[in-house]
Amino acid sequence: MSGQVPALDVKTVDPTLVAGHRSSLWRDTLRGILRQRSAQAGVVILGFLLLIAVFANVVAPFGSEQDLRYPPISEQVNRLAPPCIHLLGCDTSLPQHAFGVDGNFFDVFSRVVYGARISLFVGFVTVGFAIVIGTLIGAVAGYAGGWVDNLFMRLMDVVLSFPSLILAIAIVTVIGSGLIQAQLAIGIVAIPIYARLMRASVLSIKERDFVVASRALGESDRGILFRRILPNALTPLIVQGTLGIGGAVLEVAALSFLGLGAQPPTAEWGSMIGLNRNFIFNAPHLIIFPGIALSLTVLGFNLLGDGIRDALDPRLNR
Amino acid sequence: MLRFILRRLLLSIPVLLGVILLVFILARVIPSDPCRAALQERATDEICDAFNARYGLDEPLPVQFVAYIGQVATFDLGDSIRYNRPVSEIIFERLPLTMELTLLALLFATVFGVTLGILSAARRNSPADVATMMLANIGVSTPVFVLGLILAWIFGVLLRDTPIALPPSGRLSSGLDYMTLPEAWGMTDLQGPLRAILDWISNMYVFGSLISGQWGVFLDALKHMVLPMVALGTIPLAIIARMTRSSLLDVLGLDYIRTARAKGLGNRAVVLRHALRNALLPVVTIIGLQLGLLLSGAVLTETIFNLAGMGRTITEAIQGRDYLVVQGLTIVIAAVYLFINLVVDVSYGFLDPRIRLR
Repeated sequence: MSGQVPALDVKTVDPTLVAGHRSSLWRDTLRGILRQRSAQAGVVILGFLLLIAVFANVVAPFGSEQDLRYPPISEQVNRLAPPCIHLLGCDTSLPQHAFGVDGNFFDVFSRVVYGARISLFVGFVTVGFAIVIGTLIGAVAGYAGGWVDNLFMRLMDVVLSFPSLILAIAIVTVIGSGLIQAQLAIGIVAIPIYARLMRASVLSIKERDFVVASRALGESDRGILFRRILPNALTPLIVQGTLGIGGAVLEVAALSFLGLGAQPPTAEWGSMIGLNRNFIFNAPHLIIFPGIALSLTVLGFNLLGDGIRDALDPRLNR
Repeated sequence: MLRFILRRLLLSIPVLLGVILLVFILARVIPSDPCRAALQERATDEICDAFNARYGLDEPLPVQFVAYIGQVATFDLGDSIRYNRPVSEIIFERLPLTMELTLLALLFATVFGVTLGILSAARRNSPADVATMMLANIGVSTPVFVLGLILAWIFGVLLRDTPIALPPSGRLSSGLDYMTLPEAWGMTDLQGPLRAILDWISNMYVFGSLISGQWGVFLDALKHMVLPMVALGTIPLAIIARMTRSSLLDVLGLDYIRTARAKGLGNRAVVLRHALRNALLPVVTIIGLQLGLLLSGAVLTETIFNLAGMGRTITEAIQGRDYLVVQGLTIVIAAVYLFINLVVDVSYGFLDPRIRLR
């Protein structure tokens, strides 16, 4: 056997291969995620919504708060007119409005299109806020231990012992209604999930050899926490975060529906539905189209989240 | 077992105190001071000083907090400005409807969710399985208020004159006479806690009319509850179906199932007799977790279907700046939620003896 296998000459290895190797962990992960059928569907849906949000001013024929009766449009328009598309056999003498007209003489299609901007933004910002604060609380609690840990975690228990929307409503009564306030409320309510996840990760990682080694080398607590432990605890946070975005979009929309979030005439889907809910019997298009848009967005995030979870966490493969 | 229940009970006391503290703090940081919030335009400086002295608002905060706990413990939650009645009375009147709605939705979600989950797992990757799981994904993503309004439109407008039309709002059709339990059982002079319990149950129309045998009222009340129940129960249904399926699939891959199949048992016996029992524990956990979602969703469902329960009361109270009602309801809902979680925890102890020993 001896001498049969030539020793690998390091110098002959193609340098581009080495460079490629460095990023392949990320690329493998991405490929693993995109192999999941639910992630593919989620990416397609969210990509479509993202395009609509970015090019809203191109896609939408009118402004999101543009009264169709007044110049520069000033067309003969009926209040609460049902959807009318000439290609689908609608009378050509009527003005064309794909999703109909609402009670304020706004074009519903344009409002639904602009609403994509708000909802995507809301999802990322709300969950981002919850992750940042939750991670900080969880990291400090898990790393410090003792009374700090106890104090923070009991506080999280208290927040978790409210049904989420009820606590969010209570918070909004204090800080006032509005889209930002609603996001803040939903963000606060979501903090404990991330804090608990982070704390559990920190507890399991902080006793590992590489952490003990860097402590022996004299690294500061902050360095250990943020440079050694945090990067190794990110996976469950990312999985939970993606799964949480759909829920956050839903809950902020629910607050807006109740009149506690985005205020009319902002083109936010939940607020559009809430404002028009009494028209459901004579102008259902005011509810159905923003409703479909909202469900589609949440579906996209949920599918992507399921895919990421299945790819990153094979133990939870369900 | 008793020790396990007692320990869980004791552990929930600090959390309940925390809940009250959090609501107390939230109530104190409301930008407008409580006097002006309560009396609004009637509030002058002298009146407010008297008001603050009367409600102890001039005391230091810790003293106020202790007094507040005392009030909550004696169920004195203050008076509603809007209704000019004690908050506790309003809650007593309106909580039963929310409980009934929540329980019906949970029943609906559990029965259909578990059934669909079993069917999907038993015929894994069949068209029926794929369709069920796609529907479950859509179900999880559809907001309660969108589904509720669309259901109201379909069954209240599109199908109005068909036999499957359903009333899109309210609890009873007009003209129907519902006797409360004390009336139905001829106990109108009854007083005390028993009367309170009977009144409480009477306020759950479906259950009350069922146990007092008022069949016409029962059918009508049930019909009114179908749409809210479906709207509220669909998200939990989808979650339960997914969980049942995956949990059952895990168990179906185990060795003892292979043994059972090798013995020559049919698919039905293997799934229902051998696998299901072991697959259900995670499902029970998930069912317990749905209650928070249901209580949150009840706020939206009640608003849509015009049901005067806790949820609609809380949104109306916010719009009317009726802070004491919001406060009281928040505490009561959190307490109910804590209690239900306690019951769920204890029931695991029954289902899985290992949990008791931890």
